[in-house]
Amino acid sequence: MEKYIQTPLTKEDAKALHAGDRVYLTGTIYTARDAAHKRMCQAMERGQKLPFDLEDAVIYYVGPTPERPGKVIGSAGPTTGGRMDAYAPVMMAAGNRAMIGKGARSPQVTEAIKEHTCVYFGAIGGAGALLSRCIKKCELIAYEDLGAEAVRKLYVEDMPLVVIIDCEGNNLYESGRKAYLKTVQSNEK
Amino acid sequence: MREIQVQQITDVVERLCIEANQYLPEDIRKAIQSCHAQEDWEDARDVLEKITENFKIAGEEKVPICQDTGLACVFLEIGQDVHIGGGNLAEAVDEGVRRGYSRGYLRKSVVKDPIRRENTGDNTPAMIYTEIVPGSQIKITVAPKGFGSENMSALRMFKPSQGLETIKKFILETVEDAGPNPCPPVVVGVGIGGTFDKAALLAKKALMRPVDVPSPDPFYAQLEEEMLEQINRLGIGPQGFGGRTTAIGVNIETMPTHIAGMPCAVNINCHVTRHKTEII
Repeated sequence: MEKYIQTPLTKEDAKALHAGDRVYLTGTIYTARDAAHKRMCQAMERGQKLPFDLEDAVIYYVGPTPERPGKVIGSAGPTTGGRMDAYAPVMMAAGNRAMIGKGARSPQVTEAIKEHTCVYFGAIGGAGALLSRCIKKCELIAYEDLGAEAVRKLYVEDMPLVVIIDCEGNNLYESGRKAYLKTVQSNEK
Repeated sequence: MREIQVQQITDVVERLCIEANQYLPEDIRKAIQSCHAQEDWEDARDVLEKITENFKIAGEEKVPICQDTGLACVFLEIGQDVHIGGGNLAEAVDEGVRRGYSRGYLRKSVVKDPIRRENTGDNTPAMIYTEIVPGSQIKITVAPKGFGSENMSALRMFKPSQGLETIKKFILETVEDAGPNPCPPVVVGVGIGGTFDKAALLAKKALMRPVDVPSPDPFYAQLEEEMLEQINRLGIGPQGFGGRTTAIGVNIETMPTHIAGMPCAVNINCHVTRHKTEII
């Protein structure tokens, strides 16, 4: 199924998405990867304010390349989501509704996705030039010292994504492979 | 004795860092196209089309193909009749990386210390591999290596009695365990033999060989073909969404080893397998 969705992403929005859906996302999203997640989780532990409101927020796991003069952003494809597994359940408990990355997640993250009615989207890893075209605005809002890992507020238009893990815990990495292998087996019979 | 100034090496490294990150080698482009032609799974075709569109955009807009512009792996094959003057070779290579990553608007992805993790800010130091060879030239290859795929690589020290079947199983398992993480379709570099460290280096060098050039040893050429076929029966597919195209190439490099050992390293690279060479 192809779907057009917008941020902020509510629980109701998440419930309507299913593993394997092709989605085009429009709205404000926030970038964060390893170092920014570590800082945000430490800030929450200390009761400090976060750089952005996590409620119904979509976080993009990306560390873009520097922009050329006159450009909004450089190459900006997803990084491996599994490296954020240690932080993601805490983020979701605090309101983070969706994550954009690539690659497998831990069973604990899948459980947290189900518990908090969230969603894990995949963007095409290695397609940073293509994805940067969907990013219309980019503003560095926190942790500037982290360079590529700083937190940026992005405005995206029709960003092409695929639902990898939905709020029922269905996982495209498992179902897609299984379905493909089934067709191969039936063709060989 | 031919004299080569380090300045010249800096200039070449700078240029290669930028070009390698913007343009994919021809063999990789062709391999992705031919995999697309053989792929009938819809999600897989869609991903391969977007990957193709991505490297076209990168070339046109001079933007990196992938935001992970990698750790700069720099291979230097130095002719034994060359004298390098004008400064320190390693510093010259690092200066080339520093300039290339700054002027090419590439990401700085290197931390000073593996545990304490402070970014060096200029993508140095490079990973430098030197080799002394006959002749009076220097062959410079820059291969920016992304870590989504590097992290899924593996090395094992096998017993000789475990034989070929165990090696095959290890290669297949490493790719299967990597699953969607290394941005498939991948290129699989395999190093067999030597010592613990040499096997890893062979695997990395295997990634440098074009995927349409088989091993010159017919035994290993056949093994490369067989492993590619087996990997593409795993069903992982492009990005792990399912499909035939899990790998676009398997390259195997080998060398003699000890009577007691059979080291095997598998270095995985993503579909953005970048390397560019220049000879001075």
